[in-house]
Amino acid sequence: MSSPAPKSPEQTDKSKKYDRQLRLWGDHGQNLLENSKVCLINATALGTEILKSLILPGIGSFTIVDGEKVTEEDIGSNFFLESDSIGLSRAQVATQCLLEHNPDVRGDYIDESPEHVMSHTQDFFNKFTVVIATALPEKVLIPLSKYLWESNVPFVVCRSIGFLGYIRLQVKEHTVIEAHPDSENPDLRLLSPWRSLREHLESIDVALLDQKSRSHVPALVILFYYLTKYKELNGGLVPKTRQEKDILRKMIRDSPVADEGSIKLLEENFEEAIRYTNTCLAPPSIPHNVQAILDDDCCKNLTQNSPPFWIMCAALREFVECEETLPIKGSLPDMAADTTSYITLQQLYHRQAELQAEIIYRKASDIARDLGLPMDTITQNEVKMFCKHASELQVIRGSCIADEYERTRLDLSFYLEDPDSLMFYYVILRGLERFISEFNTYPGQFDDQVEPDVLKLKGIIGKLLSEWSCSQVLRDERVHEVCRYGGAEIHSVSAVLGGCAAHEVIKLITHQYKPLDNAFIYDAISSNSATFCL
Amino acid sequence: MSETLESYQKRWGHLRKVLERPGPFSHPEFEPSSEILDFIMTSCKILVIGAGGLGCELLKDLALMGFKNIHVIDMDTIDLSNLNRQFLFRHKDIGSSKAEIAASFINKKVPGCQVTPHFCKIQDFDESFYRQFHIIVCGLDSIVARRWINGMLVSLLNYEDDVLDQQSVIPMVDGGTEGFKGNARVVLPGMSACIECTLDLYPPQVNYPLCTIANTPRLPEHCIEYVKVIMWPKENPFNTSLDGDDAQHISWIYEKSVERALQFNIPGVTYRLVQGVVKHIIPAVASSNAVIAGVCATEVFKIATSCCVPLNNYMVFNDVDGIYTYTYEAERKSDCLVCSQTPQVMEINDPNTMKLKQLVELLSENTSYQMKSPGLTTIIDGRNKTLYMSTIKSIEERTRDNLNKSLVELGLRDGQDILVADVTSPTTLIIKLKYLVDDVEMK
Repeated sequence: MSSPAPKSPEQTDKSKKYDRQLRLWGDHGQNLLENSKVCLINATALGTEILKSLILPGIGSFTIVDGEKVTEEDIGSNFFLESDSIGLSRAQVATQCLLEHNPDVRGDYIDESPEHVMSHTQDFFNKFTVVIATALPEKVLIPLSKYLWESNVPFVVCRSIGFLGYIRLQVKEHTVIEAHPDSENPDLRLLSPWRSLREHLESIDVALLDQKSRSHVPALVILFYYLTKYKELNGGLVPKTRQEKDILRKMIRDSPVADEGSIKLLEENFEEAIRYTNTCLAPPSIPHNVQAILDDDCCKNLTQNSPPFWIMCAALREFVECEETLPIKGSLPDMAADTTSYITLQQLYHRQAELQAEIIYRKASDIARDLGLPMDTITQNEVKMFCKHASELQVIRGSCIADEYERTRLDLSFYLEDPDSLMFYYVILRGLERFISEFNTYPGQFDDQVEPDVLKLKGIIGKLLSEWSCSQVLRDERVHEVCRYGGAEIHSVSAVLGGCAAHEVIKLITHQYKPLDNAFIYDAISSNSATFCL
Repeated sequence: MSETLESYQKRWGHLRKVLERPGPFSHPEFEPSSEILDFIMTSCKILVIGAGGLGCELLKDLALMGFKNIHVIDMDTIDLSNLNRQFLFRHKDIGSSKAEIAASFINKKVPGCQVTPHFCKIQDFDESFYRQFHIIVCGLDSIVARRWINGMLVSLLNYEDDVLDQQSVIPMVDGGTEGFKGNARVVLPGMSACIECTLDLYPPQVNYPLCTIANTPRLPEHCIEYVKVIMWPKENPFNTSLDGDDAQHISWIYEKSVERALQFNIPGVTYRLVQGVVKHIIPAVASSNAVIAGVCATEVFKIATSCCVPLNNYMVFNDVDGIYTYTYEAERKSDCLVCSQTPQVMEINDPNTMKLKQLVELLSENTSYQMKSPGLTTIIDGRNKTLYMSTIKSIEERTRDNLNKSLVELGLRDGQDILVADVTSPTTLIIKLKYLVDDVEMK
């Protein structure tokens, strides 16, 4: 057997185990995940489902806070408990069961109620990367949400009841560099090529190419060539309207020389050039959300406490003030061409991106130095990544859950205009929470109390709506349905919500992908969902 | 059963609330009673196909939704790269059967639940096996397998005087995930859109043209494909066919790809990319599988209990940007190859010039057929005649010459039935030729 000299990189067990997710958030995302500390309040079925989908991909550690004891009902809906553990601490049993699923993750528990922990241990919750809570009563939820808001710790609140689910994200400020948009236009700068690109593009006379060379020239060169011709014929103007672009497209389409059989065949690369007229003839612009970030106070008024994201934004701002565009992404989509022509072009884009990233890195280093921050505050690789994704930067500023509960006038009327809006379920859930704090039980928990509870819950919801000055009326059947549940937690519904909430937590930890902003309702009856900004 | 009645009542109290109480959104035929829970616990039989990312979640979800009689089929064994999401498996289980380990985990964890594992292919069972289930749930990563089971369920349908016998319908709930995207659907064979009706939903596989790979490579993928498709068969470095799970094989491909990329100045060949290209790796995370399996299990519960109206019939999910879902009704195709009960007619412009080869290509490439290696037979003068079959070597050699013959030369007439067999279907499909020209000269 001919065995080649082993030059392949050694694959660690860890990179093999996490291979399928590393292809999504990369080694740097994984690194953040492995250094994260997650807290779960209440190990309900939903709570353990969320933790399971965080433990498998390998968070650093978790802590469960739960003062409850395991019941028969828990066993019937929560997979991460033992059937012979009834009466034992739910925090302890869940921790042990969950730890089995990934030896890389550390886990710990506190078998005290969250209100006990809050009142007895100062600064307990603010040492976590993210805090998650399920089935948390109002009276604890409100002070905890205030505390975490002040401490700048992201807070994810979830509830699963019957066929209904709710996720609410509370985050003061969250920044994203890699949003991984599903689709994006290539960044090619054909309308304003930098010098080396322009010289290269101008050096090729597409009309003079022989049959073979014609089929090897990249679409970009073709498009630039005919764009130049078009501009010459139109007083230097670029085609803007559809009719004008049609003229340019016709110039490309008519370019081949007829062969002996007088058949004109348009080569693949020329077809590509025609397609690029749709996406590559808009002047480079700065997306609104990015411009807003550059104009943000955090970007303009840096302090020693400014995180690297805002320092890089400030450097980007200086760059944009000078160049009037974002730095180029530096990647070239594949296009039919011979190797040399394509690679030459690709290297031009790559080098320009490197050059611009270098400029922004120097600006960022200067800013950090002027702020008196250490040299390694910002690394060159970070800046390269930042520049590559400059057009997809995101800053999310949420709202504090406690405000939502204390605000007497919550303006939901816009959503409630639509009688089918899932926002009604938010209203019901708020009513449900108030019901629990008033009666210390779920509406409909006892078989003989369903009908009286429907009336009580309707009363509570009516009061809430009038507190918020909402005139809309809730359909009775929805209140009936929630009382039918009687606090039941349906496992498969919790499984759906658990997966959703876990990925939101991963987004918060890795600073990749855009998180929910900021409330999500899932209706498993119709398999519909909706997102609301509260 | 060791459970006392009281603990049983309490343990399943969550489900009992939605099954024993009326609800305004339940199915019109729903009659709340304790018998429904009895039914799903004692008589209802569920088949889960696949014990991978979705399968592990499905088994857990179904066991906690009260289902006790579950079968699971999976032909795969456990790999280290499964452990980031297939949570019923441990490091010590690597190399063991997925179906067997998953079943024993659930049976141990959920008292009274009986999962029966089948460490084999779905094709190893015939209709008598599939007929025993009330509902079939699929957590598969293979489109071919999905199409096969879909074809199987359609073949189980009974029609009396063109009226479908509802008793013969076995509902299928199907889930799929890729990265942060997923979908879940409910198929009522013969009644709602089946897998074949919506075949165009699956994107075609990316194939790089051979001439690009050989002559004008530009991407790292082109270099890797070159080594895989051209160099490996030529050099045959380990005297065996390429195995994507063999680290030595991947290393060889990696090193040769790096060499080729260097030669052309192409950046970006990494070990991870090589693995991805060679094994067609689809990224996967725990969370998406949890979501889609949860949706599927909820639908199984709805169908089995009528406590709500089931999904009609397709849901897409994506949590790249916030959390997005969309539900719609995928429509039946009136001339669906599998479920439409109408004979398939293939129009042929000119049977004098159309060669059998082109007919085979059409069956493979046309979006509504997308077959893998169709085998064609027909009946001429009352005798079976194999036109072409690539799957059996001796027959392939014997019938290869037919590929270059025209339909007329092969003696095929207007209205002729062609019997087509393919891995995508458990049954033979009949396609009727329809000639669009009148002047066909039969020899």
